[in-house]
Amino acid sequence: MAIYEPERVWWNPLSKDERIWVALALIWMLVSFIFMPIYHLVGAQNPPAETYSVSAEDYDKLVEGMIAKYKVGEENGFPVVHPSADEPVYIRASMWQWYPIVELEKGKTYKLHLSSMDIQHGFSLLPINMNLMVLPGYDYVATITPTTSGEFHVVCNEFCGVGHHMMVGKMYVKEPAK
Amino acid sequence: MASIFRTDPSTGLKIDRASENLIRWNLIAALATLAVGGLLALGVVLTRWPSVHLLPLDYYYRFLTLHGIDALLAWIIFFEIALVHFTSTVILGTRSYVPWLGWLAFALMLIGGGLINVIVLMGGADVMFTSYVPLKADPLYYIGVILFAVGALLGFIIFFINIVLSKRDGGYKRSLPLGSFGMLAASIIGVLTLAHGAAIFIPTLLWALDFIPWVDPAAYRLVFWGLGHPSQQINVSAMVAVWYMTVAFVLGGKPVNEKLSRTAFVLYILFINVASEHHLLVDPVLSTWHKIVNTSYMMHLAVLASMIHAFAIPASIEVALRKQGYTRGLFEWLKKAPWGNPAFSGMAISILLFGFLGGITGVIFGTEQFNIIRHNTIAITGHFHGTVVAGTTVAFMGFTYLLIPYVFRREIIWKGFASIQPYLYGTGVALLSIGMMSAGSFGVPRRHYDITFSGAPFSFTFDPSIDMFLSMMGVGGLLAVTGGVLYILLGFGSIIWGKKIEH
Ligand code: HEM
Ligand SMILES: [Cu+2]
Ligand SMILES: [Cu+2]
Repeated sequence: MAIYEPERVWWNPLSKDERIWVALALIWMLVSFIFMPIYHLVGAQNPPAETYSVSAEDYDKLVEGMIAKYKVGEENGFPVVHPSADEPVYIRASMWQWYPIVELEKGKTYKLHLSSMDIQHGFSLLPINMNLMVLPGYDYVATITPTTSGEFHVVCNEFCGVGHHMMVGKMYVKEPAK
Repeated sequence: MASIFRTDPSTGLKIDRASENLIRWNLIAALATLAVGGLLALGVVLTRWPSVHLLPLDYYYRFLTLHGIDALLAWIIFFEIALVHFTSTVILGTRSYVPWLGWLAFALMLIGGGLINVIVLMGGADVMFTSYVPLKADPLYYIGVILFAVGALLGFIIFFINIVLSKRDGGYKRSLPLGSFGMLAASIIGVLTLAHGAAIFIPTLLWALDFIPWVDPAAYRLVFWGLGHPSQQINVSAMVAVWYMTVAFVLGGKPVNEKLSRTAFVLYILFINVASEHHLLVDPVLSTWHKIVNTSYMMHLAVLASMIHAFAIPASIEVALRKQGYTRGLFEWLKKAPWGNPAFSGMAISILLFGFLGGITGVIFGTEQFNIIRHNTIAITGHFHGTVVAGTTVAFMGFTYLLIPYVFRREIIWKGFASIQPYLYGTGVALLSIGMMSAGSFGVPRRHYDITFSGAPFSFTFDPSIDMFLSMMGVGGLLAVTGGVLYILLGFGSIIWGKKIEH
């Protein structure tokens, strides 16, 4: 019994049922194990890994530089930028905004940079439900290709203080310009 | 020598007074902290249910921080320390060799836990139990966590001291009984885990005191989850040990194959400790292949261990019941199992829900590609209410109905209510957890005060079906809280008013 000491020799061979079960479980585990790397190689939805360290001031300059160059409008006091696909796109997280609003083109591939000016935030792109962590001191670079056009929202999903629930930003994907 | 022991009339277990008192007080502390954690859960769940939205903003975050601490840290670990004493003395029939250390550990945990509660309620630490830097709490908060963790560390160390000396005194000859072996695994993981805790909370305390300028947020997350994830494996090992012991106590069943079950515990020790990066799958810094090796190779070997227990325990139940004569057909034993005994039903519900709700979602959400569509959504909260609540908490609740008669020598009161308590709580938590998982699949964030985003510059409207899922979470939460209150009443009621069991 589980509450008494086992008999003198307990290193007994497994019965047939046990062997079958363990073998099946092991095979299942091996399949899952192989599946993950394979899916990484063939799939199109992988979390990015490209990272740089960056100071808040430097990152802020990059954001402002992009805005100065590509600003196309304004919404609720937030600049709207339409960057070109061969240049980096910067989004800045801070308590409690996602800044600025970026406008991407469908089918083009972008390098989307994320960093925080203060504490940790969670980049949650809705409604497609894509989630990435945004840390201060690190520039996290996601390579993304929008496949649907329309209006998207960025919600913060890592607790970041009393304004956490108000940290909502926006993103647009436009049909490509002819 | 004989005077320090008494013999339990129903099981023949020898219990010495010192460990009896330690088990009693750790159990009382566990019940008390679960009561607080459950009340906080009521506030939190009624706030997350949009049509109720009960608490004001600051109290929601404060209660959520404390709910995490009191339920996950305090209730579970106090109960586990009670199990440490139980399995390293009572089960072996030897005495507690270092009761003073047990009391020191208990006092540290109590003081640390109390300090955390006071600081958080005073508004000094609205940081969630993860306290991700550079979100800063009052230094006393970190001191509270460190005191609690040191207490827990000493608590687990007592296990090693007791079993070594117990062997000297003939408590066991060659091998520990399986229940103690499971707690040995839990204690080994506990010590490794709490070392990570020290590695991260001490620098963070120094930073909060302005002795050091900066704690790197990415490094914090890595080391924190070196604490946070394996500590869940303490809970799994302890839960599985409780499953085996429950089968033994209730049915007299024995493990079908000791080799298999013990190997599975060793797999837990070896692999889950390293597999903690599924918390970091969408973090910057770590490379893709690092994450993949960690979360696939390491994790699946630990899952294999759970698969083994998932076979071994039902098998030993079947064997035990067939021995009692329930041999007709394939399933007579299942029909005739003691479903009205809350210790048995608690264990059965725990096995079922842990496997199907907690385990499966854990394996899914822990893969690279799925994690990116679930990370930090309330689906994650749904997952771990399937593991640590529907699994560990329900198993511990069931075992309480066995422990109280053994260590308090009191009968359980209100037998009828006791026999439905695991079902009530289990159903509630299952609904809660499924509601959360479903809402999370639409992107509903966890730890979020207002998903209508009032006051935000832009507003996002979720898919309307989330209303239904969040209501399911709410109703499940209410059921679970009812089951939880019942458990607390039964527990304290039996300790205070239960009929005395005489020899
Ligand atoms: C009465 C039963 C319970 C109910 C109704 C309940 C409900 C909830 C709810 C609604 C949340 C918040 C989700 C959010 O807003 O992000 C939550 C979080 C949590 N719960 Fe529970 N819970 C219960 C029992 C437990 C137990 C027994 C444990 C531990 C063993 C536990 C551990 C946690 C943890 C660790 C969190 C996460 C806190 C955070 O995100 O910082 N819960 N629970
Ligand atoms: Cu934020
Ligand atoms: Cu936030």
